[in-house]
Amino acid sequence: MSGGVDSSVSAALLKEEGFEVIGITLQLLPKITNPADNTESCCGTKSIRDAQEIAAELNIPHYVLNMRIQFRDMVIDNFVEEYAGGRTPNPCIRCNQFIKFGILLNKAEELGADFIATGHYARIEQESQNNEYMLKKGVDTKKDQSYFLYVMTQRQLAQVLMPLGSYRKEDVREIARKHDLHVHRKPESQEICFIESKDYRRFFEQHKPDILVPGPIRDSHERVLGTHSGIVNYTIGQRRGLGISSHQPLYVTRIDRDQNTLYVGPRDEEYHRDLLTENVNWIAGNPPIGPVRIRAKIRSIHVPAEGTLSPEGQGKVRVRFDRPQWAITPGQAAVFYMEDRVLGGGTIGEER
Amino acid sequence: MNPIYLDNAATTQVDSAVMEAMLPYLTDLYGNPSSIHTIGQLARRAIEQTRNSIAKNIGAYPDELVFTSGGTESNNHAIQGAAFALRDRGNRIITSSVEHHSVLKTCHYLERRGFEIVYLSVDGNGLVDPDDVQRAINGRTILVSIMHANNEIGTIEPIEDIARITSEHGVLFHTDAVQSFGHVPIELHNPGIDLLSASAHKIHGPKGVGLLYIRRGTRIHPFIHGGKQEDGRRASTHNVPGIVGFGKSVSIAIEHIERIRRKITGLRDKLIQGIINHIREVRLNGHPSKRLPNNVHVSFRGVDGESLLLSLDMSGVACSTGSACSFATLEQSHVLQAIGLDEGMAIGSMRFSLGRFNSEDDIDRVLEILPGIVDRLRSVSSFHSNNQG
Repeated sequence: MSGGVDSSVSAALLKEEGFEVIGITLQLLPKITNPADNTESCCGTKSIRDAQEIAAELNIPHYVLNMRIQFRDMVIDNFVEEYAGGRTPNPCIRCNQFIKFGILLNKAEELGADFIATGHYARIEQESQNNEYMLKKGVDTKKDQSYFLYVMTQRQLAQVLMPLGSYRKEDVREIARKHDLHVHRKPESQEICFIESKDYRRFFEQHKPDILVPGPIRDSHERVLGTHSGIVNYTIGQRRGLGISSHQPLYVTRIDRDQNTLYVGPRDEEYHRDLLTENVNWIAGNPPIGPVRIRAKIRSIHVPAEGTLSPEGQGKVRVRFDRPQWAITPGQAAVFYMEDRVLGGGTIGEER
Repeated sequence: MNPIYLDNAATTQVDSAVMEAMLPYLTDLYGNPSSIHTIGQLARRAIEQTRNSIAKNIGAYPDELVFTSGGTESNNHAIQGAAFALRDRGNRIITSSVEHHSVLKTCHYLERRGFEIVYLSVDGNGLVDPDDVQRAINGRTILVSIMHANNEIGTIEPIEDIARITSEHGVLFHTDAVQSFGHVPIELHNPGIDLLSASAHKIHGPKGVGLLYIRRGTRIHPFIHGGKQEDGRRASTHNVPGIVGFGKSVSIAIEHIERIRRKITGLRDKLIQGIINHIREVRLNGHPSKRLPNNVHVSFRGVDGESLLLSLDMSGVACSTGSACSFATLEQSHVLQAIGLDEGMAIGSMRFSLGRFNSEDDIDRVLEILPGIVDRLRSVSSFHSNNQG
C-alpha cells in the first residue's frame, strides 16, 4: 500500500470480498536528503503515512516492512551496474522479481497469509483444464502493467491476487470515491522511484561518479562528431542532448562501454527486425517446443509488434519482427504476448 | 479476544486512579503554577504537593526533584548539564555500551564538542564491572553515567558499587533509572547518587512527564532555558496534570512495591520456564538473577524476529523485538551486540515485559501459542532457504 488510489482500492475490494486484509507498506527508499522535496511515488516515509491513513479508513491492520538493504543490493546496485555496462535497465522488473514477489511473498508466508495482493493492472487466471496459472493484460489497455510482471513463476502466480486487472482506471477512482477513501495523488509510476526528482545526473554522481566520464560520439563510420557527457546520460534512440548539429536528426544507435563511445546515426539506422533475449522466464514454466507467432513488446510504452519467436537453448530466445522496430535497447525487457496472455519475457541482449 | 499487553517496558497503561487524580487539572484547575492569582496558586499547590509526596516516597528532599518531560529529557539534561558545568575541571565522561539511545546520542553530541567519552564494555550478561569504572577514571573525569536497569535485556547494574567508586574519586554519578524506578527499591544515599532520571509512563502514569533528581550541592547547567520555573533549573510551563498523575503513580508503585514485585517476578519466571521447556534452541538474554522483575528477553535461533512480532500481534499478543525506539531500522540492537550475541540469534530476539495488569492467564495464553508460531516460522524459513528463488 502506498496511499495511492490503486493499492487503496485493491485493499477495499478484497475486504469487501471477505478476505482478512492486512496492509503492508515496504520501506525501500534510502533516507531522503530533503524531506521538503519529497516527490516520492512509493515506498518511502510519505507513503508510509499515507498508507496508514487509508488503512485506518478501511479499518485494517497496517505494518511497515523495512527492506532498504535488500532493495539497495538487489535493485539499486544492479541498476547502476547495468547503466555502467552501457545498457538501459528496468529496475521495476527486478523489484517485482526479488522484492515484491520474492522477499515480500516469503514474509507473507511466514506471517501465515494465503496471498499477497497488489494494485497492478493485470489479471491472473487459472486454465480450466490443467489449473495452470496465466498472466494476462489488464482490461484497461492504457494502464496495463503486465509488461512488468513477465518474471512471475507459477508458484508466485498461485499466491498473488491482482484485483484491479478487470477494471478501468476511471472505475477504480469511482470505487475510491464510493468508499470515501482519501487517496493521495501519486506521481505516475513510469518514473524510477529511487531517483529523487528525476535527477539522473545527481544520482550517478552519488553512486558511481566514474561513469560520468565524457567521451567521443561517433557515427557508424567511426567519424567523431562530438563529445558525450557520460554514457549513462543516454539511451538507444535518444535524440535530445547530443549537442551535434547535423543536416538530419541523429539518434543514439549503440553504446560502447569499453570504449566509452556513443554511436549515433539517422533514424533509419535504428530500425531492426531481430533481437535476442536472455534470462527468459516462461509463465507456464517451460519454453514452447518450436517457433511461435507472437506479439512482442520491447518497452513499456511500445505497442506490441507481430513476429516469430524461436527458443534457442540456454534460456535465450530469438525474436524476428515482421517489420523493423525502432530502438531495440539492450537491458530493456522484451515481453511476448499471445492475444492478451503473457507467454513470458526476457532481457534484450546486445547481440542480434 | 482481549489483546495481551506484554510491552510494559515501552509504556504502560495509565492506572484509573492516576487518571482520576489528573482529571481536575484538565478541567477546572487549569491554572499556570507561575501565575500569582488564586487559579494559578491552586495549580502551584498541586505540583508542590506532588513534589513533596514523590520526595518522601523515594527518600529525597523536595528541592532535589526537577520535573521534566520524561526520561529522555532528564538524561539529556543530566549529562549535558554536568558536562558544560564542569568543563573547566575536565572533559572525560564514562558511560557504558548498553545505555539507552538518549544517553548514547547525548554522549556522541558531546564528543563532537570536544568531550572525551569512554564507553565501557559489558560481559555476556550485560553487566558493567565496577573495576572497569575505577580503572577508567582519571584526573580529567567529570561524570560517570551508568543505567540502573537495561531496557532491552533487563540486567540490573551494580550502581551501589559504582556510586561508591565515584564518590571516592569526587566524580559525579548519574544513573538512568527509567526502567527501575518504582519497580525495584533505589538507595539514593550512602553512597550517593548525584543525578537520577525517571519517567512516569513506565509506572502506569501519563506520557510526557518525568523527573531529574539532582542531589543537593550538585550544580549542573540547565537544559531548557527560559522562564524561572523549577528554581531556574528547567524552564517551561509546568505540565500540571502530568505531574499530578506522576505523583499518584509513584505513590501507588511505592506503596505496593514488594507485593507487585513478587507477583510479577512469579509471572516472569513462569514465562521463562515455559519458553525454555517447550521451545528448543532458545536463549535468555541478560543476567539470570540480577534482572528486572518484569523482563523476559529471549532469542530463538532460526526465527525472524520481525515475523515473530507480527505473528504474535496478529494473535493478540503485544511485545517488542528489543527497544521500542529502534522500530523499523533493522539495525542490530547495540545492546545485543555489546553482550556478544551472534547475529543468527540476535535476529530472532523478542522482549516480553510484564506489568501490574498482567495475569497468570496472560502467561498461559502466550505459552499456548508461542511454540506453534516459532515452529511454523522455523519450518517456513528453512523452506525458503532451501528453495532460493
